[in-house]
Amino acid sequence: MKLEVKNLVKKFKGFTAVKNINFNINDGQTLGVLGPNGCGKTTTIGMLLGLIKPTNGEILIDDKNFENLNREKILSQFNFASPYVELPKKLTVKENLEIYGRLYGVKDLTKRIQEISEDLNLSLFLNKKTGELSSGQKNRVSLAKSLINNPKILFLDEPTASLDPDIGDFVRKYIQDYKSKNKVSILLASHNMNEVERLCDQVIMMKEGEIVDRGTCRSLIEKHGRNNLEDTFLKLARNKNELE
Amino acid sequence: MNWNKVYGLSLRHFYLIKSSFPRILDLIYWPSIQIFLWGFISKFFTLSSSYYNNTVGVILSAAILYDFLFRSSISYNMMFLEEIWSRNFTNLFISPIKIKEIIAALTLTAIVRTLIGMVPAALLAIPLFGVSIFKIGLPLISLLLSLYIFGITLGLLVTSGLIRFGPSFENIAWASLFFLAPLGCIYYPIEILPEWLQIIAKILPLVHIFEEMRNILINDIISYTQIFLAITISVFYFMLGVAVFYISYAGAKIRGTLINVGE
Repeated sequence: MKLEVKNLVKKFKGFTAVKNINFNINDGQTLGVLGPNGCGKTTTIGMLLGLIKPTNGEILIDDKNFENLNREKILSQFNFASPYVELPKKLTVKENLEIYGRLYGVKDLTKRIQEISEDLNLSLFLNKKTGELSSGQKNRVSLAKSLINNPKILFLDEPTASLDPDIGDFVRKYIQDYKSKNKVSILLASHNMNEVERLCDQVIMMKEGEIVDRGTCRSLIEKHGRNNLEDTFLKLARNKNELE
Repeated sequence: MNWNKVYGLSLRHFYLIKSSFPRILDLIYWPSIQIFLWGFISKFFTLSSSYYNNTVGVILSAAILYDFLFRSSISYNMMFLEEIWSRNFTNLFISPIKIKEIIAALTLTAIVRTLIGMVPAALLAIPLFGVSIFKIGLPLISLLLSLYIFGITLGLLVTSGLIRFGPSFENIAWASLFFLAPLGCIYYPIEILPEWLQIIAKILPLVHIFEEMRNILINDIISYTQIFLAITISVFYFMLGVAVFYISYAGAKIRGTLINVGE
């Protein structure tokens, strides 16, 4: 599934959060969205998920305008995971997966829950309350929920934030493997530059609501004469004028 | 309407209730306390007032019916607040569920929560005070239906406020019913109100419901016109509530509040 953003603008009272941005994610591609806090990443993801109405611009799904498509049909092919959005803590992992499986209209749900819990090493926790899990386990449950419907487009907002290096690596490897087995397009917002280098085919860098640069990780590092993506990010985040 | 999704969202609340004994106890506790409190008050009135001399349990029946309204409205709000408190709001609103399916799921689940609290309380009143709400007979179903529709309408209006203004609107959720209680003429006849307030009170279904309840219990007369009026007004407000909910949802998407509510 291809996602294309054309001249997207979001204005709130008194300020413009997203200023005329353009990008696309081709089928099976992973796009990294980088930028300092408050640069418009969350607002952009919110618009792509249908939670925020754009002030201007278009979101095209396989060349068709999101606004004109059946919202439920499109959302059943999307999913989202973020450590800042949780699942009901009092419910068991299995109950949460069952509920979201039903909401996403997943067929053969029992089999899918079993499959995904085995893949993400959750089988032992299925009957445990979600609130009783460690952050690493919760993170995997959130990822399991985001993959329950085998989405065509997956939105990941800092999927490994606050995870120890071992679990962070497990999650990143899982996403890589999942992507190679399933033709899923991914939008990844992250502050972890290693993660971005490892997972993303293309990157856009945002600052103050605008896209200030784009390209592959390698091309951006070379273009800005830095040794790694982190240094490139710091340069772009700190001094926009250096770009001009 | 996809009933599998409605069932899925309802399951979320059934699992929550089932998972916690204190939660079930809490649902039963408050209606029961109401019954005790109003049971003793009505017993005192029965013994000391000539108006209520031959109408044992009118106040207690009113208390039970009012609590039914209160519980249905609060149940609706609580289920919505649960999504905010558990930071699950975004997950829910990005899932492919229609707004009308969310409304249907909350409406159907609210009745279960309400009945968990109300049935034990209504049964408790029989041996303790010799008062049975079931004495109202078949019209009781119509009165409860009307109360339920109005209760969830208030719930819808409060949840619309939560969507529009965020969790800061939570206090209104708790206070919402108390705004209308004085005009509802729950424990007293409408004639007590000044004439200009009577006009306002009559546009609410509560007056018609509680006047009819007293009519049945005191005069042993059933006015189907009054019952029909109560249901019609409740349905009208419900449709208004649904419209307000849709407008709030559309407004929240423009203001971007949906993405912040759950975080």
